[in-house]
Amino acid sequence: MSIWEYANPKKFMQTSAWALPWFTGLAVLSMLVGLIWGFFFTPDDYKQGSTVKIIFLHVPAAMLAINAWLMMLVTSLIWLIRRHHVSALAAKAAAPIGLTFTLIALVTGAIWGQPMWGTWWAWDPRLTSFLILFLFYLGYIALWQAIDNPDTAADLTSVLCIVGSVFAVLSRYAVNFWNQGLHQGASLSLDKEEHVSDVFYFPLLVCIGGFIALFVALVLLRTRTEIRSRRLQALLTRERGTA
Amino acid sequence: MIALLIRDLRLAMRAGGGFGLGLAFFLLVAVLVPLGVGPEGSTLAKIAPGILWVGALLACLLSLDRIFALDFEDGSLDLLATAPMPLEGVVAVKAFAHWLVTGLPLTLVAPVLGLLLNLPGAGYGWLVASLALGTPALSVIGAFGAALTVGLKRGGLLLSLLVLPLYVPTLIFGAEVVKRGAEGQAVSTPLLLLAGITAGAAALLPFASAAAIRVNLR
Amino acid sequence: MMPDLGKYAGPVLGAYAASIVLILLLVGISLWRGSRMRRALEEAEARQGQDHG
Repeated sequence: MSIWEYANPKKFMQTSAWALPWFTGLAVLSMLVGLIWGFFFTPDDYKQGSTVKIIFLHVPAAMLAINAWLMMLVTSLIWLIRRHHVSALAAKAAAPIGLTFTLIALVTGAIWGQPMWGTWWAWDPRLTSFLILFLFYLGYIALWQAIDNPDTAADLTSVLCIVGSVFAVLSRYAVNFWNQGLHQGASLSLDKEEHVSDVFYFPLLVCIGGFIALFVALVLLRTRTEIRSRRLQALLTRERGTA
Repeated sequence: MIALLIRDLRLAMRAGGGFGLGLAFFLLVAVLVPLGVGPEGSTLAKIAPGILWVGALLACLLSLDRIFALDFEDGSLDLLATAPMPLEGVVAVKAFAHWLVTGLPLTLVAPVLGLLLNLPGAGYGWLVASLALGTPALSVIGAFGAALTVGLKRGGLLLSLLVLPLYVPTLIFGAEVVKRGAEGQAVSTPLLLLAGITAGAAALLPFASAAAIRVNLR
Repeated sequence: MMPDLGKYAGPVLGAYAASIVLILLLVGISLWRGSRMRRALEEAEARQGQDHG
């Protein structure tokens, strides 16, 4: 028994069919609990007023946006080294989810920034790097869609993901460096993790758990779709061959 | 290796446009931006470093798809892939040839365009230095993007979408060198970081590009 | 039992609405593609089952 058993598409389909309802239930339950708790039953922050409630969407989405790319990096490496199709398809399945979470983080950040900083957008290092991350997701997805042969697409996107990861990290540092000289005014950290009080901390944890479960459920669902798509292609090819 | 370089250079000269197009585009950017933002010298002086770097970057992008496309179409890329010379070396030579016909001329005309954009006097040396150090990275990264999209029929737009995010660090450090240089501040940190990116990209990316080409030739 | 959001009601509700819409869109598209693919695959499998025997 090892993790590589799940590299077999059949085995993956069986296990994911069993796991998917559990993760879906967990996602629905904890997101409902976390968001309702956060929205209705938390007090206003003394400085930020009720806008602090946006944290329950913003922080989990931002965390998952970065971790989805990390997951794609790991699955891409597994594909390149061990040639497991499920791994490549999981990376493909995760990209649109990461893109959506990045968008949620950007949108909620902009809505939050408007009353707090008096502007929808500031070229703050964090904001800028998320915008760049958004572009990386776009390029990755576009490359998947542009190539017809699925194995070629998997190879090329994996290489892009690895190179992109290196440059994403470089960009993060470059952006930090770049902003120093421009404006110090944006030292307003978005992430109040350290000094967020317990009233906000526990519902935030539940929301993060909910977003993670949602991510896992969606990856499973979308990977299943991709596996079916591959199988369908194979069947159609055979049909054409026998006809 | 040298034969391949000479062949690539000759092709670039003969294929008409590839050589001059980037330069003309660079000039156009430098002309259009003042028309757009107005002729005040102080505004132009402030944005000149950024404009020149963005212009150089976009001009570089124009000719990227030619790095491998012609060779892919007529089959000589297959020959090069099976030649005794490692494919990584082929990629590096081709990226170098691309730099010689785009990056280098861009670097040489940049001071003239700096004049148009009212770049402060202290900035010229750093402009040339940063472009000379940074444009090789643009060519190497661009060669990687071209290698990824070489098999595609309409790869041009996709190529820009893939390559431009990868250009972010180079652009930031390059423009920062010129800006600091123009303001008379110390430039050694961004200059070293820029050199680091170029060296790192030139050393490692040919491997990724060669891998991508092998996949595309399969 | 709407909580009192004070003067920031617009941004807070907007952020929640935008996020929920985006998440529902993503889930909806994933489910829709999933069911469509499953149906197509079942059809193809049924067809091939007949062909072979």
